[in-house]
Amino acid sequence: MSKRVLEILKSKFGDDIYETHSQFGDDTAVVNPQRWREIARFLRDDPQCAMNMFVDLTAVDYLGRQTPRFEVVLHVHSLERSHRIRLKARIGDDDANGVEIDSVVSVWKGANWFERECFDMFGVNFKGHPDLRRILMYPEFVGYPLRKDYPADKTQPLVELRNVPDKLPPFSTDEGMPFGRQTHDYPRGEETN
Amino acid sequence: MEPLDRDLEEGLLELPSEPMMLNMGPSHPAMHGTVRIVLELSGEMIQKADVQIGYLHRGFEKMCERGTWSQIFPYVDRCNYVSPMLNNVGFALAVEKMLGVTVPERCQYYRVALGELARICDHMICSGAMCMELGAFTPFLYFARAREIIWDIFEEETGARVTHSFGRVGGMANPPTKYFKDMVRAGVPRVLQLISEGEKLLLKNRIFLDRLEGVGVMSKEDALALGWTGVVLRASGVPYDVRRAHPYMVYDRMEFDVPVGTTGDNYDRFMCRQEEIRQTARIIEQALDQMPDEGPINIDDPRIVLPPKQDVYTTIEATIQHFKIVMEGIKVPAGECYSYTEAGNGELGFYLVSDGSGTPYRVRIRPPCFATTQGLEQLITGLMIPDVVPTFGSLNMIGGECDH
Repeated sequence: MSKRVLEILKSKFGDDIYETHSQFGDDTAVVNPQRWREIARFLRDDPQCAMNMFVDLTAVDYLGRQTPRFEVVLHVHSLERSHRIRLKARIGDDDANGVEIDSVVSVWKGANWFERECFDMFGVNFKGHPDLRRILMYPEFVGYPLRKDYPADKTQPLVELRNVPDKLPPFSTDEGMPFGRQTHDYPRGEETN
Repeated sequence: MEPLDRDLEEGLLELPSEPMMLNMGPSHPAMHGTVRIVLELSGEMIQKADVQIGYLHRGFEKMCERGTWSQIFPYVDRCNYVSPMLNNVGFALAVEKMLGVTVPERCQYYRVALGELARICDHMICSGAMCMELGAFTPFLYFARAREIIWDIFEEETGARVTHSFGRVGGMANPPTKYFKDMVRAGVPRVLQLISEGEKLLLKNRIFLDRLEGVGVMSKEDALALGWTGVVLRASGVPYDVRRAHPYMVYDRMEFDVPVGTTGDNYDRFMCRQEEIRQTARIIEQALDQMPDEGPINIDDPRIVLPPKQDVYTTIEATIQHFKIVMEGIKVPAGECYSYTEAGNGELGFYLVSDGSGTPYRVRIRPPCFATTQGLEQLITGLMIPDVVPTFGSLNMIGGECDH
């Protein structure tokens, strides 16, 4: 069924589809990263593909196993035709230069957070993303945790208190105290009488 | 003495005209402790919202790259701590897809029955928590009591109440207990009764309905483009249920309806969830009827399934087998696969990459509520602050999964 999507892609984009396979029944196409967004848009708009449902976007780091090093992996699904496809693009060299690819947020808005996560975890730079910043990690985090050259036991530097003008401590002096403090603080003298 | 009700010229009043920034969460009772929303307000209207997640990030995907395939089960449990059984089964199915094995029929029914019990739990707690955040505490207690019944069944079956880690590649940790069917048959009607009683407190309550109806509307097209799945998508009018569209295990033999909403507002999401509980009860009933009482629960492959403990202690072959599986891990063929199941809040996907060794090269979880939560910004823009609470509640965001 969805084998046909691969055929359509191959006939439409020719040499820009580097390889295809259907391992474990999942149709996969490795495409030219330069035409990433174009192919994504085609998959959505072409009536025979009609990939209207965004499923997943992530990356895999093949450091030392494969060059280009990163593989951006996109899964999309067509509701009407009930088929799926996995699109992959390979980017970046071993020193993690040139890790960038077009953003597909303009094609499926659902890609927004997934691309942010991918940027956060792998440092993949999505060109044309409306709001590319860290999502799961904090802004001061150093490095990209899911890269294979990031040690799992690495410690991070302590973060300075962010310098925001007029910043107040989380609680003022009398906040966060037991509510009954004032009522229980009755004068001792009367009690002894 | 000056009169208190001085006439003030409207024009002389200096009202603030700049938008106000308000920080909601993460320490806010309605934000489940894991989400922060920075709101830009004009009066009480939300002009802009920035939903920030990550407060519960535990490096799930990085951790998975450090152990064997079977050591991931406890982690997936803790991703969705409301319906861990569905995650267990989802991950087991993903690895089995790569290994090319199918578990025996009895195990499939067992997985379906346990998974659907977990789904009832999940929906119930989501609805209950939403009511509680809206100030209706009592229904939550009804639902919590119903959950207790299900948890008792789980405790009897798996030994744990919340995080069972009960799934295994190629089967389950234990076969069903002798009284499994009787327990479920006795428990589920009681659960449904408690749910109906809890619902009665809500569905004629004007305040509850007013805060749900017409609030947080999501259109069909937007829901699809945002990658929404599960109840939230169906409430928007798309009848997409993985169990129906791409049946896995024995769901193709089950008869059940897929409840679909019309407007995609909070009310629809709530009602779809409630209806799905009843449909789920139907599935459980059928699964129990069709489930064989005898037969193996695990596949017969010594490279995948741990041998019985009795043999491990008495025979050298079983000891070696046990050692190899525990120390080296199950050898999964090299390659990549994406496997998806219908979890409590939508399509739970696992994208696995194996290099042929006993350790996964990459485990990617596609959490359904990650996609759902990113739609929150669009949902609440233009609404008022009190509307954030039911809207967020109806999305069924599970922090552990959303933040990986």
